[in-house]
Amino acid sequence: MSDSPRPAQATPLNPRRRGIIIGASDGIGAALAHKLAKEGYTLALLSRRKDKLDALCAEVNSFANETRALAYIHDVTNYDEVPALLTRVVADLGGLDLVVYMAGVNFPPGLTSYSFEDDRKMIEVNLIGAMAWLTPAAEMFQSAKTGQIVGISSVAGDRGRIGNPGYNTSKAALSTYLEALRNRLTRHGVNVLTVKPGFVKTDMLKAAQGATPFAITPEKAADDIYKAMLRRKQLVYTAPLWRWIMLIIQHIPSVIFRRMSF
Amino acid sequence: MQKNFTQLENFGHSLRAPAYLIKPANNGEIYSAFQLAKKTGLTVTARGAGRSYNDAALSGGGIVLDMRGMNAITNWDKSTGLITAQSGATLEQVWQKVEPDGWWPPVVSGTMKTTLGGCLSANIHGKNNFKMGTIGEHVVEFSAILPTGAEITCTPKKNADLFHAMISGLGMLGIFTSITMQMKRIHSGLLTVDAFPVQNLHGQLSSLLDGAPNHDYIVGWMDCIAGGKSLGRGQIHAARYLHEGEDPNPRETMQIENQILPPRIFGVFPKSMLHYFMSPFMNNFGTWGINTAKYVASLRRHTFRQPHAAFHFLLDYVPDWEFSYGRGGLIQYQSFIPTETAESAWAEMLKLSQKYGLPAYLGVTKRHRPDKFLLTHAVDGFSLAMDFKVTNNNRAKLHGMLQEFDRIVLQAGGRFYFAKNSETTSETVKRFYGEETIAKFKKLKKRTDPNGLLESDLYRRLFG
Repeated sequence: MSDSPRPAQATPLNPRRRGIIIGASDGIGAALAHKLAKEGYTLALLSRRKDKLDALCAEVNSFANETRALAYIHDVTNYDEVPALLTRVVADLGGLDLVVYMAGVNFPPGLTSYSFEDDRKMIEVNLIGAMAWLTPAAEMFQSAKTGQIVGISSVAGDRGRIGNPGYNTSKAALSTYLEALRNRLTRHGVNVLTVKPGFVKTDMLKAAQGATPFAITPEKAADDIYKAMLRRKQLVYTAPLWRWIMLIIQHIPSVIFRRMSF
Repeated sequence: MQKNFTQLENFGHSLRAPAYLIKPANNGEIYSAFQLAKKTGLTVTARGAGRSYNDAALSGGGIVLDMRGMNAITNWDKSTGLITAQSGATLEQVWQKVEPDGWWPPVVSGTMKTTLGGCLSANIHGKNNFKMGTIGEHVVEFSAILPTGAEITCTPKKNADLFHAMISGLGMLGIFTSITMQMKRIHSGLLTVDAFPVQNLHGQLSSLLDGAPNHDYIVGWMDCIAGGKSLGRGQIHAARYLHEGEDPNPRETMQIENQILPPRIFGVFPKSMLHYFMSPFMNNFGTWGINTAKYVASLRRHTFRQPHAAFHFLLDYVPDWEFSYGRGGLIQYQSFIPTETAESAWAEMLKLSQKYGLPAYLGVTKRHRPDKFLLTHAVDGFSLAMDFKVTNNNRAKLHGMLQEFDRIVLQAGGRFYFAKNSETTSETVKRFYGEETIAKFKKLKKRTDPNGLLESDLYRRLFG
C-alpha cells in the first residue's frame, strides 16, 4: 500500500463509495481515477509502474486535500496473488462498490507478420488478468447483492481484422466474458458495464498503425464511462459515434471484409 | 470467503459497509474466525441485532461475527431471579422467559430486539437510569473469549478491571459468550403511568428532576420544532411499578400475550404497513403538524395502566419505522449533559437546529446518574436524543451543525453514547473521555488482544 494516511472513516453524513482500478497508471485509467476521486470515490489504484502510480496518487490526494487514492504495485499476470491482494484492498478501502478492469496491452504485429509471444501476452493481460480479478469480485458482489463491474474492452473486439488478430481476439473474448458476467449478476443487483473505446489519445494509440480517426482525450473517455456507470448501462462506446461506425462494420459481409486492408 | 461477503447496515439505514459475515455456533468457531483473521490480515468484530444507529457493529472489508447463532437461555432460576444466557440472546427472549414468573429485566432499551452482548458492549441504559443505573450494574458474571483464544470469566470482584472495561468496551476487548444477570421482582404485568405536558425546556428538565425520585421510570418527549417561548416543550411519561396487592390478578397481566404489542391497529390495519403512511410526514412541515397535534393531545394530564412491554419498547410499536425516513435513512444524536449546564446547552442547540432549518423530528429526554464503567457515557444530569433525517442534499449542512453541537456539549461538560452518535471524531472523544481513560483502555486492549484483531468501524473512527 502507498504511504498515504488511511482514508477517512465513512459515516452516514460522509458516506464513501469505494472502487478499485486495475491498470490505473496512465491513459484512461488515470483520467478515470481523477474523475471518480472528484465524484467522492475512495480508490485503490493498481499498476506495475510504481513511479507513475505514486505520482498519480499524490496528484489525486493533493487535489482532494485528503486521502482518496491508495497505490498498490501489481502485475496482472501474477494471477495467484489476486485473491489475497483483493482481500487486502477491500479491507484498506473499508468496503467495495466498484471494480474497473482497465489493464490492457496492444502489440500490433503489422499486416504480414505473426508473433505468438505477443499474442499470448495480450491474452494474458487483456483477458486472463480480467478473469483473475473479476471472478472473485463477481463472487463477492453476487453474495452482497450490490456492486458494479466495469470492463474496458474495445471496438477492436467487434470484428477480427487483418491488422491485429491477437488484440481483436483478446477484446472479443473479454466482451463475451463481461456479457456472461452481466447475465449472471444482473439478477443479483450487480451492474456490469462493457466499455468499448475507439481511438483515445494515449500511449497505446502511438503504437497503432494507420489512421486514427475520431480520437478523443482520456478525460472525455472517463466522462463517458462515469455517465454510463451512473445510468447503470450495459454497454457504452466512447466516443458514442463508434456505436454507429461499428454497427456498419459488423455488417460488412465477409466476402468484402476479407478483401479490405483494415 | 468471497461467498460470505455481505452488505451490512446500521439501524438507521444511513450507512452501509460490506463484510465477510460468519455465524459462529460455539466458542470454537469464534476462535477459528480469529485465526482466519490473523492469517488473512483482517480484523474481527461481533455483531448482535445490528440495532446501533452508528458503525458499532460494522467493519467494512473485515470479518463480522453474527452472534445471533449463539442465543440459548441456558439457565433460569425463578426463585432467585438469576438468568444465564448466551450473548446472542435478545432482551425479547429474556423478558418473555422471566415475566410469567414475576420478574422483569432491570434495564431495557427502547427496543426488545437488542442482544445481551450488544447491550453490554454499549452498556445500555433505560428510562430508569437515574435509579437502576446501566445494564452492567445488574450483571453478576460473564464469560468471554479473547482473540488469543483464552476464555475468561469476570465478576464485579474477579477480573474486576476487565469486568468494568468490557462492559461499555464496544466489543473491543473480547467477545461475550455467556452472561448471568439479576432480574427484578415485579408484582404485576402493568405499570402506573402519569402523562403530563411541559411548556418549555425548563419545564421539561425540572419535571424530569422532580419527577424522578417519586417514580421508577421517567422519559420526556420533546417537540424540537416548536420555537420561541415553547422551545423544548413536550410531554413527560413517568411510571412506577405496582405494589404487591395493587393488581388483583398479577398472574393474568404477566402473561406474555397480555404484554405483546398488537400487530394491527383497531384489530384491522396491519402495523407493518404503517411506515409507508408515515413517510409523507417526514419533513419539516409534516413533523410540525404531527408534533403540534401530539402536543395538543398531551395537554390532558392523565394517569393510566400500561403493560411493561408497551411502555418500554416504543421503538417496536411501529415495525420498520426507520424506513419511513426515506432512502438516506436517519441518524441519532444523543448528548448527556450535567444538570447545571443542560438547559442552556440544549437551548442553544435547539435554536441552532431551527436556524439551520434542520430540526430533529423526534426528541427524547431522560434523567441519568454516573456509573463506574470505564467508557461511561453517563453524567449526573440529563440526556437528549435527537433523530435527524439524512438526505443527499442535507449531509454537508447536517455534518457542520453536529460539529457545532459537539463543541457546545463539550463546553457544557457533556458526554456521548456510542450506540448512537455516528459523527463524533477522535479529537472529541479524547476531550470527553480524557487521555488517561483512553490510555487505560488501550492498555487493557493490548493485554486481551495483543495482535489488534478486534476492530470495528466505530473503533477506527474513535480510537484509530
